[in-house]
Amino acid sequence: MRDVSPTADVLSISAEGLSFKELNDKLRATNATEIVINNAAGQRYIAAGAEGRRLTINGTPGNALAAYMDGAEIIVNGNAQDAVGDTMNDGRVIVHGSAGDALGYGMRGGLICVKGCSGYRTGIHMKQYQDKSPVIVIGESCGSFLGEYMAGGTIVVLGIGLRGQAPVGNFTGTGMHGGEIYIRSDEEPKNLPAQVSIDTASNLDDIRGHVRAFAQLFGCDADELLSGNFFVLRPNAKNPYHSLYTQYLR
Amino acid sequence: MVKLKPMSEGMVRIPSGCAISGMFSRNGKRFSGEDIIKSIEIMHDRSNGLGGGFAAYGIYPEFKEYYAFHIFFDDIEAQRRCEAFLDKHFEIAHSSEIPTRHVANITEQPLIWRYFVLPFTSHYISKMDEREYVAQCVFTINSDYKGCFVFSSGKNLGVFKGVGYPEDIARFYMLEDYYGYCFTAHGRYPTNTPGWWGGAHPFSLLDYTVIHNGEISSYDANRRAIEMYGYKCALLTDTEVIAYIIDYLHRKKGLTMQESAWVIAAPFWQTIERMPEQDRALHQYLRMAFSALLINGPFSIIVGFENGIMALNDRLKLRSMVVGEKDDMVYIASEESAIRIIAPVLDKIYAPMGGEPFIATLNGTEDGYGSI
Repeated sequence: MRDVSPTADVLSISAEGLSFKELNDKLRATNATEIVINNAAGQRYIAAGAEGRRLTINGTPGNALAAYMDGAEIIVNGNAQDAVGDTMNDGRVIVHGSAGDALGYGMRGGLICVKGCSGYRTGIHMKQYQDKSPVIVIGESCGSFLGEYMAGGTIVVLGIGLRGQAPVGNFTGTGMHGGEIYIRSDEEPKNLPAQVSIDTASNLDDIRGHVRAFAQLFGCDADELLSGNFFVLRPNAKNPYHSLYTQYLR
Repeated sequence: MVKLKPMSEGMVRIPSGCAISGMFSRNGKRFSGEDIIKSIEIMHDRSNGLGGGFAAYGIYPEFKEYYAFHIFFDDIEAQRRCEAFLDKHFEIAHSSEIPTRHVANITEQPLIWRYFVLPFTSHYISKMDEREYVAQCVFTINSDYKGCFVFSSGKNLGVFKGVGYPEDIARFYMLEDYYGYCFTAHGRYPTNTPGWWGGAHPFSLLDYTVIHNGEISSYDANRRAIEMYGYKCALLTDTEVIAYIIDYLHRKKGLTMQESAWVIAAPFWQTIERMPEQDRALHQYLRMAFSALLINGPFSIIVGFENGIMALNDRLKLRSMVVGEKDDMVYIASEESAIRIIAPVLDKIYAPMGGEPFIATLNGTEDGYGSI
């Protein structure tokens, strides 16, 4: 990720009344590295493929925010919709609210931090290769099918405000065959498929940095977050996929 | 059968989303159609111009005791034959062409009329109840009267739909001039069939209107089941069958809207097994008694009904849907931006879980058919 100079001039764009194409054309036409988009109202594909700039978005950006993004930083002051970071390769997305379904769909690198909740199928089809390993950190909770078909990378769900209840829906890790899901909770998630193994995390070395980064972004107490009980979900090597859809449950 | 010309519903398959939006005042406060147009327009890119439509509740207070029939006619001849049928079965309090304005993108519109009617009591008394009689008349027209299609038949509500982008359809019908306590809107991206005026959403029977984003993979199983109960699926389009399933469960079987939703998007057996005894028994009963009415495949739907609104996702939640609330107002849409554009500040906004219906009713009335 290229550095963005903190002293660069800020370009302000109002998205009011703009179609997704008009807005994205404006973004592509400028060399500005510090951009603020105001009044976002559902425009899709913002920062698709973007690199080397920081975008602050006020309002509600549309679906597929940061799709294929390759090194930019996105800050959303509000909620994001569906498919944030679809196939994202590098960079950071920081959502000071909640996000919709299929967050980080097929993500291959970079970091997504969501202060609130995310919808169904968070991290579906995430993958990793050599030095590329994507990370998603969710502050509160996620919907069902978290990490569905997950093939690599790391997902952390912190369960903030849930008082130890499992911060995930049903069928976490269905079809999972790579990567790790860390869940901060006192109780085990419900309805886990046979294809994942669950253990109490014995050490948090792999996620400590991500949790600290999250805490710094949103002003939480990292030590308190790290002191909770974490479960870690991994693919269950003992359970091959001969009956993925028939023998669904453990 | 209604106009199955080449390029009608069911003749061609087009593999390919839709937009849905709804707003409802729990206090029954009436507002203009202006906001629902803004809401659906922001999701323009979810439609492709082959269908748009609206349901508006509370818009005909001066005729609220009458069934408001909205009918498409292919030509005057079809209209004449249909009116002869209406004259024979109903007292017609008022009839008029539905006012429209010229909109460049809206073409090839049929004749569009509305009739405020009451059935002759002597025709149905001691045989069936009034609503059943009206429903049967609607089916008769839609299946036996060529070139005629009743697309709205409830009391104090109207469906307005056609081929075009929803915001153009709204301007065509001058929706901003109507005042109601509940509006729903649909922008169509036809997936399996080409669009025609009758095939746009909402689909409606009596007070029920359904708009739908998704595709029902269980359509044929559902259709066969519902046709056994006397419904005629005239359109070969999946949303029509949802409207009839809701009518069957809620009006005919007397289930509450909540229970109807549990039939349509039944919990998995594994989930039922983990329920407390009483819930388990109820869900087992619903799944076994109405197994053929379980709807499979991705969907988000908004159902309007007498005094209420219900929103539901398929149990796997394969389509997006968010709910916002502000004071007595309830907003439902495929995308949050479609709510924020008309209600920037909300008390809360959230996405209901798959298979968990969101239901709002006027002044907290029950959602059961008999309770109103």
